Amino acid sequence: MLNAILAITGLALAFGLILGYSAQRFRVEGDPIADQVNNLLPQTQCGQCSYAGCRPYAEAIAAGEADINRCPPGGEATVLALADLLGRDPKPLEVEEKEKAVAVIDEQTCIGCTLCIQACPVDAIVGAAKQMHTVVEPECTGCELCVEPCPVDCIAMVPLERGLQDWRWSQPAPSPIEQPRRARRKATEERRESA
Amino acid sequence: MEYALILVSTILVNNFVLVKFLGLCPFMGVSRKVETATGMGLATTFVLTLSAVSSYVINEYLLTPLGLEYLRTIAFILVIAAVVQFTEMVVHKTSPLLYNVLGIFLPLITTNCAVLGVALLNVQEAHGFVESALYGFGAAIGFSIVLILFSAIRERIAAADVPVPFRGSAIAMITAGLMSLGFMGFSGLLRL
Repeated sequence: MLNAILAITGLALAFGLILGYSAQRFRVEGDPIADQVNNLLPQTQCGQCSYAGCRPYAEAIAAGEADINRCPPGGEATVLALADLLGRDPKPLEVEEKEKAVAVIDEQTCIGCTLCIQACPVDAIVGAAKQMHTVVEPECTGCELCVEPCPVDCIAMVPLERGLQDWRWSQPAPSPIEQPRRARRKATEERRESA
Repeated sequence: MEYALILVSTILVNNFVLVKFLGLCPFMGVSRKVETATGMGLATTFVLTLSAVSSYVINEYLLTPLGLEYLRTIAFILVIAAVVQFTEMVVHKTSPLLYNVLGIFLPLITTNCAVLGVALLNVQEAHGFVESALYGFGAAIGFSIVLILFSAIRERIAAADVPVPFRGSAIAMITAGLMSLGFMGFSGLLRL
């Protein structure tokens, strides 16, 4: 009887020691998935996903609280990369993907209040107090965060012209062959019913 | 030769999932995607081999000399739980994505009856050390092969036009049954 108790206690103790050691040895620092997700996000900190920045959004994705299709600056490419990383199905962007646009300051109306400079997450606006401001076009991500704070409404979003880099063929008309079988069958059934 | 026979026997002829019907919970639960199934197969292989070896050692050098054979089941459960816990830590450290995808099924390897089944069958059939290890390893390879095959079939079923009454789990059950029938065909191959 005593043997049995001692044997089981000894076994449990030995395993406890091994597990305790390996818990120290294999400790995971932070959240590695959130880090990987964060690396894929565009780091504009624009808040269009309704989170405070890219890092909180990455943490929400890693925790499974947020969908992967809420990042307009990243566009379709980011959604696909995230879907690939997390093994989820890619979805169309929640917010309709807008034509890529940049902010342009009407320099005649600008009063130099610096409010838009503070709002810009990527430091794409240059200027000083009581001096005219302007937008550095290649840096602008088109997040529209500077439009709201401007007291004289002198910032407009101007769509970018399509250059050689982002020009794409327009989508072809859907062909009858690529339609799913079920849809085709439904169409046949409907035709039969009406006949 | 005998060792090769053990491997063939556990992988094909006496496959733990499709012939002995052990470990069906992860077989149905983690077979939705091939990548997940592969990860689960690797984790289970690790656990099964390690627990088969360590339960042999504990049975042979602790329980039998002390005459405590009646404690076998609880001692084996203790071994398996510790090995699974260890595996969980290693997977969390080395592959956080796999850890996330496997979720609850990783700690549930503890209750995978194939794991306890291998440990107890090793004792029952009086296997030696190498035989025990091979028996556990073979069982795990058989489990992984069947799991990966099944998940590949399920991926294709997901894209197929299944009649309404059979959608979801129903068609999965039927598929598993047909696979089991197929594996029964190996039973004439050899006897152990």
